Amino acid sequence: MKAKVLLSLILLCGNLAAPSARADDAAPAAPAAPAAPAVPPACELPSYLLSSESQLPKVADAVKAGKPLEILVIGSRSTTIPASEDASYPARMQAILKDKLPPSEAVHVSVEIQSKRTAEEAATTFVKLMEAKKPTLVIWQTGTVDAIRAIDPGDFRGAVTEGVAALQNAGADVVLMNLQYSPRTETMISVPPYLDNMRVVAQEHDIPLFDRFAIMRQWNDQGQFDLFSPSRGPELAKQVHDCLGRALAQFVFDAAHLGPAQQQN
Amino acid sequence: MTIADQVTGSTIAGTANPAETKPRAAAPAISLPAIGERELRLDLFRGLALWLIFIDHLPTSLLTWFTIRNYGFSDATEIFIFISGYTAAFVYGRAMLESGVVIATARIMRRVWQIYVAHVFLFTIFLAEISYVATSFENPLYTEEMGIMDFLKQPDVTIVQALLLRFRPVNMDVLPLYIVLMLALPVILWSMKWKPDVTLGLSVVLYAVTWEYDLYFSAYPNGFWAFNPLAWQLLFVFGAWCALGGARRMSRILASPVTMWIAIAYIMAAFYVTLTWYLPQLSHLMPKRLEQWMYPIDKTDLDVLRFTHFLALAALTVRFLPRDWPGLKSPWLRPLILCGQHSLEIFCLGVFLAFAGHFILAEISGGAAMHALISLSGILVMWGVAWVISWYKRVADKSGAKTKNAVGNADLAGGG
Repeated sequence: MKAKVLLSLILLCGNLAAPSARADDAAPAAPAAPAAPAVPPACELPSYLLSSESQLPKVADAVKAGKPLEILVIGSRSTTIPASEDASYPARMQAILKDKLPPSEAVHVSVEIQSKRTAEEAATTFVKLMEAKKPTLVIWQTGTVDAIRAIDPGDFRGAVTEGVAALQNAGADVVLMNLQYSPRTETMISVPPYLDNMRVVAQEHDIPLFDRFAIMRQWNDQGQFDLFSPSRGPELAKQVHDCLGRALAQFVFDAAHLGPAQQQN
Repeated sequence: MTIADQVTGSTIAGTANPAETKPRAAAPAISLPAIGERELRLDLFRGLALWLIFIDHLPTSLLTWFTIRNYGFSDATEIFIFISGYTAAFVYGRAMLESGVVIATARIMRRVWQIYVAHVFLFTIFLAEISYVATSFENPLYTEEMGIMDFLKQPDVTIVQALLLRFRPVNMDVLPLYIVLMLALPVILWSMKWKPDVTLGLSVVLYAVTWEYDLYFSAYPNGFWAFNPLAWQLLFVFGAWCALGGARRMSRILASPVTMWIAIAYIMAAFYVTLTWYLPQLSHLMPKRLEQWMYPIDKTDLDVLRFTHFLALAALTVRFLPRDWPGLKSPWLRPLILCGQHSLEIFCLGVFLAFAGHFILAEISGGAAMHALISLSGILVMWGVAWVISWYKRVADKSGAKTKNAVGNADLAGGG
């Protein structure tokens, strides 16, 4: 009798969770601003993956004041596609942002690749980097090298915290971007601790986190991209980066509240 | 789960079978439960843990929603380590009382060796898999992730480090943890024989010191063990303590409705928190201060929240699933129980099947249906192999004397 009570409790929990999960999956793509170019079907994402409670006040101010928008992407080898720089997500983001923003708004995206460096190693360069570039917004993509080298997640969190503080102290808005979803290496690289810790740092500092991992997994699960593909050609990488660039532009656009209202000003 | 509990107290009289009890039961300083029928609940939940670990090791799919880590803080690993501590103490504790410290230690070391060999076997399979991926996979999207293959450049160092348990690829963390815990078992048992409560107290102290001073086991090429044995020993020792009479002494607490309601409230709260991970829309209902205090919930060092979540689950299980529940004999639960009875073999098989499943999913992109098929056939294979192993034990290896296995049986002692 009691066992039945327990069983029904478990089933109840299951029922509670299942429909909500499905509701998630079914959610259509983000309600894009009407002025924005149409999102290709391959890039579609549920809106929760593109929304953030945290904001980008400095980006908003710069656009309002009509100042040029200087964006710096600090990344690693997965920021680019070998031999196809123009198709990488920073370049795509720049193109999309230019489309979305009024023509008078100058947008410039620069890229700083920290190849094979952990978050801690990368963060040591930030003070000098910020003096040289003076960006309005820094998109810091990190975690992969730390995961490959199995850096202590506590140390990783400390390094990301320090890095974010350095970037903020230099006067920039910060967006954190986490790892790629890489199903082929899932049995070899333990990713979850690094995702969790980046989420924690983003929460603590109230900065937006661009969840590249969840976004790419969504595409793979929904069949838009086959990320298991062993193909050596650059086509898949180009398409994925195009979609990432679009998603990132949308994400920045929304987090800075650059809706149609601001565009008209 | 805290399967010890009232069990021992209430059922000794009924189930103790004189034919199976060794005649020279020493007058123990610690109380061992009478050897009777196998404690099927242990087998059941260990089998369940093995299935869940297998499913959790596969890429996420619909079936993943059935694993308990989606509904609270703790997951199958907690169940597994606790039951392993319980059964190991049960079997080798008896050996220690009956045959002395030296013999018991010798038996434990033999078991440690078996687990070590199993670990090395799994490492070999991993090596084959990673070498395959390294030679056949060159998607330019993932040039960075392929950095993981760098260790293939110095196989001499890597393989030696693996043999030293310092290099442990993903999903191969449980066996090294288990080896270290089993190595410590003679000391734990010896100390339990002296004063069980003090031993448990020392274990708690070690756990606290580990957290306070951030102690860890270092790994190769850098980093630390994904399951810190200095923290996880708490669950293992607690299992041992329950097996050696602690559970019986707790039976009054476990039977009290207050405990039940606290456990239910905690599990519901944990469920709600977990829900916010999957439904970010809910997360604004979480107080920021609570989030800051709570996160991250650390698996490496067995976060207190995980430990207490396991305790709550265990308390409820023990309450609602009595030892003599007739369902334990039902053929529907037979596959689970069979798997739980051969845990080391089935655990290794599960890790291997997870590798194989990844491989098939990578080669044939069959989508969700293929995924479900792989998960289900994996479980069927585990069941089938468990059946074959028990057939060997029952029929093929029949050496006359010991048909019913309760004493000194390595399976009961809990495989990795």
